[in-house]
Amino acid sequence: MSETTIEKIIKKFPDAGRDSLIPILQEVQNIDGYLSRNAVLEIGKYLQLPASKIYGVATFYNQFRFQPLGKYHITVCRGTACHVKGSATVLSILEQELKIKAGQTTRDGLFSLEVVACIGACGLAPVISINGTFYAQVDNNKIRQILRDYRKNDSIAVQNN
Amino acid sequence: MIEIEVNNRKVKAEAGEMILSALERAGVKVPTLCHMKDLVPSGACRICSVEVEGYKNLVPSCSYPVLEGMKIKTNSPRAIRARKTIIELLLANHLQDCLYCVRNGDCELQTLAIQYGVREKRYLADRCEHFLDMSSPAIVRDQNRCILCGKCVRVCEEIMGVSAIDFINRGSKTVIAPAFNQSMNVSSCINCGQCVMVCPTGALREKSSLKEVTDALHDPDKFVIVQHAPALSVTLAEEFGMKPGADIDKKIVNAFRRLGFNRVFDTSYSADLTIMEEASELVSRIQSNGVLPMMTSCSPGWIKYVEQFYPEFIPNISTCKSPQQMLGALIKNYYAQNEGLDPAKVFSVAIMPCTAKKFEAKRPEMSWNNIADIDAVLTTRELARLIKMYGIEFDSLVPNEPDMPFGKRSSAGKLFGGTGGVMEAAIRTAHYLITNREMDDLVVKEVRGLKGIKEMKITIDGMVLGVAVASGIMNAQKILEEIKAGRNDLHFIEVMTCPGGCIAGGGQPFNTDQKKITARMQALYSIDQNEITRASHLNKAVADLYKDFLEKPLSERSHQLLHTHYSEREVMV
Ligand code: SF4
Ligand code: SF4
Ligand code: SF4
Ligand code: FES
Repeated sequence: MSETTIEKIIKKFPDAGRDSLIPILQEVQNIDGYLSRNAVLEIGKYLQLPASKIYGVATFYNQFRFQPLGKYHITVCRGTACHVKGSATVLSILEQELKIKAGQTTRDGLFSLEVVACIGACGLAPVISINGTFYAQVDNNKIRQILRDYRKNDSIAVQNN
Repeated sequence: MIEIEVNNRKVKAEAGEMILSALERAGVKVPTLCHMKDLVPSGACRICSVEVEGYKNLVPSCSYPVLEGMKIKTNSPRAIRARKTIIELLLANHLQDCLYCVRNGDCELQTLAIQYGVREKRYLADRCEHFLDMSSPAIVRDQNRCILCGKCVRVCEEIMGVSAIDFINRGSKTVIAPAFNQSMNVSSCINCGQCVMVCPTGALREKSSLKEVTDALHDPDKFVIVQHAPALSVTLAEEFGMKPGADIDKKIVNAFRRLGFNRVFDTSYSADLTIMEEASELVSRIQSNGVLPMMTSCSPGWIKYVEQFYPEFIPNISTCKSPQQMLGALIKNYYAQNEGLDPAKVFSVAIMPCTAKKFEAKRPEMSWNNIADIDAVLTTRELARLIKMYGIEFDSLVPNEPDMPFGKRSSAGKLFGGTGGVMEAAIRTAHYLITNREMDDLVVKEVRGLKGIKEMKITIDGMVLGVAVASGIMNAQKILEEIKAGRNDLHFIEVMTCPGGCIAGGGQPFNTDQKKITARMQALYSIDQNEITRASHLNKAVADLYKDFLEKPLSERSHQLLHTHYSEREVMV
């Protein structure tokens, strides 16, 4: 995010103190998809807070990410129904396949991974969603196939451009 | 004064004070892990809990005020059981390998486990593996040994004003780390080691250079030279059971010889040299309208702090290298030549009360012709370990004289070991440089003592100089902010990173407390009191160096070897 956007967001919180930190972080993430180092530094300057403190507060909450979203953003539902149907395994397969942890983005910028609480599609459990498209009752093989398809379609799309 | 009852004994307490401080005065010890004297209690660990009659729950004594008539039991079965459980829970999350830990035998958690008779593993927890952060040249961060007491975070923020580290993540994944979980080497850490001093465990420790040093000592191709800092001789003794402040200067020289060092020099010598250069620089800045106030440059934590947080003040920092680096440069670029030694074969070791000196020695600025001024830095603690490992009985050591030409010092150079010492030494010499005569009374009592900020106006030859002394970066920061806000009555500022100066440095023996620091400071003052040569310009060995090699202070040669420049540093602050 450019410094001016951050400035704009910050300006919405006149006389902001430490208690405005979370709302500011949320707003920045809403626009940018994540909290960049630069954003943290700028917010720190404004609120007179060290970067370590801001990062500490932000990592206390699950909602913040520190890497830009991937081209394909995968959310894994960890609600109760999905949990019962093995969403923990789903998550670990995704983490293995993508070689990242939840909250991170692959090096090529293609995929990012996020864990969410119940997304209200319990009938489809265990469910993941990629850029808003739901994939129901996923298992080991399905996940591998889905990722393969995304990779293939993406490289075709890139070639055609 | 109010009266309370402690373990059936009547005890006086001050209204409003915390139970813990009343207990301390009454000679009753309760363990603490997160408590820090003079800082607001955090109440995080609960190990200090005591039982108070009529209270349903145990109370944390560090953060609960005394009340008239309170009946306290520090050792009731309930209090003991609670403490023991806390210890067991901490251990459940802990690496179980004390034998391989640097704090083995000197660890607060281990001591508690011993004292409370923990003999079985009642709890088992899933432990997270954390990576060992060895990236910094000064500080090792090993979160597998952290008990999350938070003392490091507080010292870094509240005493140092750096906030390099904080609690990151939550629950069982919580660690102490720099912003964005970066490694220490790229963080805003200034390497002061004050976090190491307060850490009750081995989670924060110095990056040891013992291996490099012992390798060099046993390498027939290496000529190994050692120098030791002014504060060392009044602190090392504690590691060998002597009383705080015992001065064992000449015995250390003997210990170095027995360890196998080829030459033993004294950093206090180059402290005198620093004063010659720095006082001359000050006088020249004043006379030629240079950038003022000038600020001292001998404390490497402070330098990195300014580079990161206040780059606009870099021109104010004296261009003098620190005494460690000056002596290092002279050893490799003057002494070696004189002795017919190949500088590449000289291995130069500095024994320092400081962890930041390890960082300083590795700075690219601190070299000449691609040869580093200093090859390895050991802390007071590492030296003690080496002496013990080599089986040297301290009591059997007879005093020895250090080697020349860098073995002679004035007591002004020795004063560098405590806050205000550089200032006092500089004033003595600046007075002489300006007036050509000595001060009537050499003791500058306004800059003595352990206060965080000391200031005075001193008149030399009709000229009024404003000087300030700060130790603990938070105190220095206050002065910088005043100057930014327009304050302009100061000419010279001494800053030492650690509160109290090097005698309380991050490389000193663990369990350093205010009482010990005071005794160490007193020791420096009495060395000065009993010395004949009490000003740097009176040090004959320094005068000889100017005659034989450097010509005069601020000469071209001096500038090549003894001065340097700093620049802004981009880190996440
Ligand atoms: S920090 Fe203390 S308890 Fe932990 S391994 Fe080291 S010595 Fe043992
Ligand atoms: S060494 Fe000093 S600056 Fe670095 S983390 Fe520790 S207390 Fe903070
Ligand atoms: S690193 Fe040491 S001082 Fe810091 S929280 Fe952990 S145990 Fe406490
Ligand atoms: S020492 Fe009192 S709560 Fe930690």
